[in-house]
Amino acid sequence: MAEIKEIKGKIVVPYHWSYGATITKFFQETRENKKIYGARCTKCKGVLVPPVRLCGRCFAPTEEEWVELSDHGRLVSFTTVYLPFPGQPTEPPYTYGMIRLDGADTDFPHLIKEIDEDKMKVDMRLQAVWSEERKGNLFDIKYFKPEE
Amino acid sequence: MEPLVKEGNITVPYQWTTGPAVGKFLTELRDNKKIMGLRCPKCKRLFVPPLELFCGRCFVEMKDWVEVSEEGKVISYTVVNLPLPEPCQPPLPPPYALAAIRLEGADTEIIHLLGEVEFEKIKIGMPVKAVWKEKREGSILDIEHFKPRG
Amino acid sequence: MPRKVAVVGTGQTVCVMRREDASFPGMIYEAVNRALKDAELTLADIDAIVFGSSPEYFEGVNHPEKWCGEASGGFLKPQFRIHTGGTVGSSTGIAGYYHVASGLFDVVLAVTGDKLSEGPVQLCLSTVYDPIFGRDFACGAPSAVAIQSRRYMHKYGITEVQAAKVAVKNRKNACNNPYAQLKFPDITVEMVLNSPVISSPLRMLDVCPASDGACAMIFACEEKAKKITKTPAWVKGVSAVAEGVNYVNRDWAEPIALIKAAKTAYSQAGITDPRKEIDVAEIYEAFTYQELIWSEGLGFCGPGEGGKLIDEGVTEMTGELPINPSGGVLSTNTIGATAMMRQVEAALQVMGKAREVYEGKEYNRQVEGAKIALAHGWGGAIQFHNVMILSSNPD
Repeated sequence: MAEIKEIKGKIVVPYHWSYGATITKFFQETRENKKIYGARCTKCKGVLVPPVRLCGRCFAPTEEEWVELSDHGRLVSFTTVYLPFPGQPTEPPYTYGMIRLDGADTDFPHLIKEIDEDKMKVDMRLQAVWSEERKGNLFDIKYFKPEE
Repeated sequence: MEPLVKEGNITVPYQWTTGPAVGKFLTELRDNKKIMGLRCPKCKRLFVPPLELFCGRCFVEMKDWVEVSEEGKVISYTVVNLPLPEPCQPPLPPPYALAAIRLEGADTEIIHLLGEVEFEKIKIGMPVKAVWKEKREGSILDIEHFKPRG
Repeated sequence: MPRKVAVVGTGQTVCVMRREDASFPGMIYEAVNRALKDAELTLADIDAIVFGSSPEYFEGVNHPEKWCGEASGGFLKPQFRIHTGGTVGSSTGIAGYYHVASGLFDVVLAVTGDKLSEGPVQLCLSTVYDPIFGRDFACGAPSAVAIQSRRYMHKYGITEVQAAKVAVKNRKNACNNPYAQLKFPDITVEMVLNSPVISSPLRMLDVCPASDGACAMIFACEEKAKKITKTPAWVKGVSAVAEGVNYVNRDWAEPIALIKAAKTAYSQAGITDPRKEIDVAEIYEAFTYQELIWSEGLGFCGPGEGGKLIDEGVTEMTGELPINPSGGVLSTNTIGATAMMRQVEAALQVMGKAREVYEGKEYNRQVEGAKIALAHGWGGAIQFHNVMILSSNPD
């Protein structure tokens, strides 16, 4: 038989991520009230979404009270993914973008649908399409579509 | 609201290149039920299994393949009771005994299972012998386990 | 002031998609031996080892520094492992430099590598994204860089054609480098523009390959460097800066960490006009648009002028400031060793050694008269940037 040159196998890593209290509260609002909240930096006053306790840029805490954001925003950048690979979470082709929600100063990633890529433009206006059934995760928003 | 938790699995399929040293070691296990080592020309140590074609201490290439006995002795051992999560199964469910075994002629130990022995009877220095599988694939588990001898 | 340090020896493996004849430690051993041979040193002359490799997922083996400990020459030597995402190679080089500059060690070996063929690269890269906000959409490195590239195109009117010219330049340059993986002597802009879209706007030929390879370099203090080689490559400026990932008002088209790192390194090296004073640069362009953005961040041209730089041929081998004579990352990307290869290639340029006969064939990527070279690396969710400036002159 031929000399062995390769060993094939797989490693399965089970994980159990805690979202933490802040993100849990963020998703509580998306699930129950279809609301998106951000947190304002006490120093630069920039609003971060999702809300975090620390503004990384300033290394300063964000305010206790959160800022309600619009579910409309501007498309900062986008890409349509065509490349398939094993273990891919979303089957291509799909388009996703970084969205600057009105009132926020950081980008929010999500899928974009109901428009052909060749009609999409950077800085175009988008709005969220909410899921009927929401569980408290990123897909409480189904996707973003062009603003009506 | 209950603190949110996300559960799932990340699966990492791999295809490791054995390199010539490990490749030959595994091939000899599979085809000839032989346990081979490589001897360093400088320090004369015999590495079993040989992980690479060079001696890590002397940083020189090794070319001298030597067959070692399938018999040796237990240098150290442990009885494992801790189960691992479902996708990470070791070859046996716990409890099982693992030992560092110095085969006759070798200067390094092989880590393997101890079988056909009661845990309380395992002793450091205990002479052991390989038990081979009928159907071998080119893996350290072509040896089913080591059992006491004599 | 830190003491003077020079690169005195380098070694690289020939990079291919899959090395079937060597394991990961085997490749590391090769690179280390080549560097030792280049410097005419033995392991006994080395005071410490710094090892770098990317996330363990890539090979499905945890702790590559343990796995490659002996192969790195590390038996009974002080040892460190470095990891900064894709720029791990340059961070490892910088760590090697720090060891010697600190005065605590005189001669230090830094070695890096990865065997990307052993695991699922795009899946592994996808686990770098935020697990809750982003991973669901991740397509390895391409989708993150696609987001950056499109913003850059929009902000400054950079075109697909300009990006494609980078692919053509670098893959042709690779033909002069025996260690490079992808060599396309006949590549054209049309071929790049006709290649399938991976993650828009990035096409297949806009994107780096995945390679198996390793690289090593030896740093020495001034006194020893002068004894070891007639042509040391002196380290004149070093800077490693990180920005955040999704911080307030991040502008994907403005690499603020790189701008800061470049400024710091230039100040250390006494460089005030990088475009004129730097003779050659090796920068980390895993994707075509990045060569243009990083050129701006490094001050080779003004903001938004990256496209103009390539249109005017400034960065060709015959131009005013050749970029990536080695073929760059578009031609070879092991991830682990990649950013160190930029430092090694920059060192070879100022040492006058960027030409060799390999397996009977002559290869020449030397920029004639190169005295000052720049090496750059980036990593993470595009947040780490490293710059190193090397010179043939110690003063």
